[in-house]
Amino acid sequence: MESINAIIVLLNYTVLPALTYGSQLALGAIFVTLIYGILRFANFATGDMMSFGTMFAVLLTYYLQSKGVSFGFLPTALLTIPFAVAMMIFYMLLIDKTVFSYYRIKKSPPVQLAMVSLGVMFVTQAIIRIIIGPSDRRFLDGEKFILKASEFKEMTGLSEGLTIKSTQVITLVVTVVVVSIMFWFLNKTKTGTSMRAYSDNEDLALLSGIDPKKVVMITWIIAGVLATIGGILYGLDKSYRPFVYFNNMLPIFAAAIVGGIGNPYGAFFGGYVIAFAEIFLTYAYKRFFVYLLPESLEPNSLMQLLSTDYKFAISFSILVVVLLFRPSGIFEGKKI
Amino acid sequence: MKKYSNVIAAYSIMLILIILVGIFQSWSIALSIFNYCMISAVMTMGANIQWGYAGLINFGIMGYTALGGLAVVLVSVAPVPEAWRVGGLNMMTCLAIIIGMIFSIKYILKKIQKSKKRNYLIAAIIFIGLILIKLISGPAIENIEAVEPAKFGFLGGLGMPVLFSWIVGGFFAAGLAYIVGKVALGLRADYLAIATLLIAEIVVSIIKHEDWLARGVKNVIGLKRPAPYEIDLQTSPWFINLVEKFHSTKLAALNSLSEKQELLNQLVIDASSIYVKLCFAGLFLIVVVILLIITQKALYSPWGRMMRAIRDNEEAASAMGKNIVKQHLFIFILGSAIVGIAGAMMVTNDGLFTPGSYRPMRYTFVIWVMVIVGGTGNNFGAILGGFVVWFLWVQAAPMALFFINLFTAHLPETNELRIHLIESAPYFRFLLVGIGLLLIMRFRPQGILPEKIIKQ
Repeated sequence: MESINAIIVLLNYTVLPALTYGSQLALGAIFVTLIYGILRFANFATGDMMSFGTMFAVLLTYYLQSKGVSFGFLPTALLTIPFAVAMMIFYMLLIDKTVFSYYRIKKSPPVQLAMVSLGVMFVTQAIIRIIIGPSDRRFLDGEKFILKASEFKEMTGLSEGLTIKSTQVITLVVTVVVVSIMFWFLNKTKTGTSMRAYSDNEDLALLSGIDPKKVVMITWIIAGVLATIGGILYGLDKSYRPFVYFNNMLPIFAAAIVGGIGNPYGAFFGGYVIAFAEIFLTYAYKRFFVYLLPESLEPNSLMQLLSTDYKFAISFSILVVVLLFRPSGIFEGKKI
Repeated sequence: MKKYSNVIAAYSIMLILIILVGIFQSWSIALSIFNYCMISAVMTMGANIQWGYAGLINFGIMGYTALGGLAVVLVSVAPVPEAWRVGGLNMMTCLAIIIGMIFSIKYILKKIQKSKKRNYLIAAIIFIGLILIKLISGPAIENIEAVEPAKFGFLGGLGMPVLFSWIVGGFFAAGLAYIVGKVALGLRADYLAIATLLIAEIVVSIIKHEDWLARGVKNVIGLKRPAPYEIDLQTSPWFINLVEKFHSTKLAALNSLSEKQELLNQLVIDASSIYVKLCFAGLFLIVVVILLIITQKALYSPWGRMMRAIRDNEEAASAMGKNIVKQHLFIFILGSAIVGIAGAMMVTNDGLFTPGSYRPMRYTFVIWVMVIVGGTGNNFGAILGGFVVWFLWVQAAPMALFFINLFTAHLPETNELRIHLIESAPYFRFLLVGIGLLLIMRFRPQGILPEKIIKQ
């Protein structure tokens, strides 16, 4: 009984949050990695692009709420995904047309494109703040919990409750659906194969008649879908705040590089590596050990490896270690 | 002379802009913009050495700036004897353990062949060291932070003159740059950018959360100054006499004695803040000029030519027998040290150290915009970039407000769009800087003042 309680504690406070956070990071990391693999630059506007898409979801959610529309026990924001994705894709294609395409045609070095993406980052951030402002916004409605701690305790008779938030389940389900469709698309369809060919060897791909314009457009469209959905899921789970989204760029980059930048499978995996490391290393294990150990051995400290203040620092340290020993990431990078 | 005509033209325009701010807003604002422009110029010079001379991307400017600021606290603040008594010994032991760990790892790396055994040994040393540090420092940190938490709660500094801390700031940053360079310099350009960005985040998060070091997010206020304090100036007779002489015509126009006294008091208060800012401006100008002379000499020395050769063609340079890894590390350290000096200057200018304010937006990306806008590889360009972009960054909000009022003048005061736009005026700085960067990258990628290569 005691050991089951201990497992429930771990599930409740580490595994479930880490899976959720990891999925959100993974979506962002695949976005980074796709842009890096096919368009060949590190996109520093990542966080703000995610924020841009989410902004439309937030605004439309507020509008729908004011009109009295709801999605039953699911959050209204899910209804707004198609609209937000469409706006995001439009914005991305516009940016590509006006900014990035010039450098791509000129075959500028990747560094120059990364610098240009800094400019895009500034502009996107300005637009977001002018439209919606910098404040913290919550837009989650509908049922908050799927399983409450008290219900779980009644059901099982354990002293430790398990809480499952609806956002956690939604995040996991949506991530699995989106990512599997994306991998199916990349591996099984003709367009996906041509994208992979373009990523592997641009010149050879052009020789075999692949239309670069189409590849670039499809890349931005997939990126737009991933960025917006990742952003909305994060916002539902926590809250929407432009500054936080900008900062999320850092763990997302860490996830993409840890997995091997340019490799979507790696990025997907990297998201979970970062999330699990952050949460497992900063969790205070006192309650876990209280259940497991006999009373005489009970720890009196928090049993915390690192204070939660260092959450971000952990993911970056992992990145540094990976860069030191395996510069191409856990999975070989630069392959789609 | 003709060679430098565009430099002179650009600098005079910049100076006129700042003077216009002085005339239309106030001289105090103009001077603080000028001071910050100069600090930005120093940071930009540091980044320019790395990017312009050697082609290394350093997105970790924020980390070096923060370390420079930390140096000011650690050098100039008076020590807190009570904190040293309760926890100083333990913290020093920890420092000794860290040094011991580094040396023993170095020894093992040197003496034992590359093998699994060596890896396990190193891992064991690190693991045991960390546990020891945690055990020893834990209670000490608690004790230190309990010493008058509202005022102290940290070990304090060495109580030395603040100007000395600028040099120490440079050394701190150089030390970090050595570690970062050893770890990350072999990486490809965009990897290096991301790695340095993240390492800077780690540094800032350590400074933020280790309260015993520099009070963390509780900030250190009332730092020493190399310039006189306003309060002292306002009571010293020579300064009042000076102000009286300066404004004698204005004062003579008034008849009643009390009115005269009131005006004089006001003038003295204004003048004292301007005087202090002028002192800082003088100090900063000295630093900028010294750095400019050194960097300019370095750029056109054989060493500078070698750096350019390495930047433009690494393989050819290495075939000529140049040690690229060593030179990259050296220039990385050099540039970072300059950024560290700038960080110390900034904290000295503000008189307070606020670790919470170090954000990548302001301290990394804006500085990079300055480097690119000013002109990569050109020191005059770097300084100009610091001035132009900082000026835009500060003046964007008033400018945006002016244009918003102009374009929405026909709308009523209560119009929602108008109110919303006026409220979001501060964010137009991002728009302005971003569009500026995009335009420069598109139409003048080498910057306002491009790199100049003098052929001997």
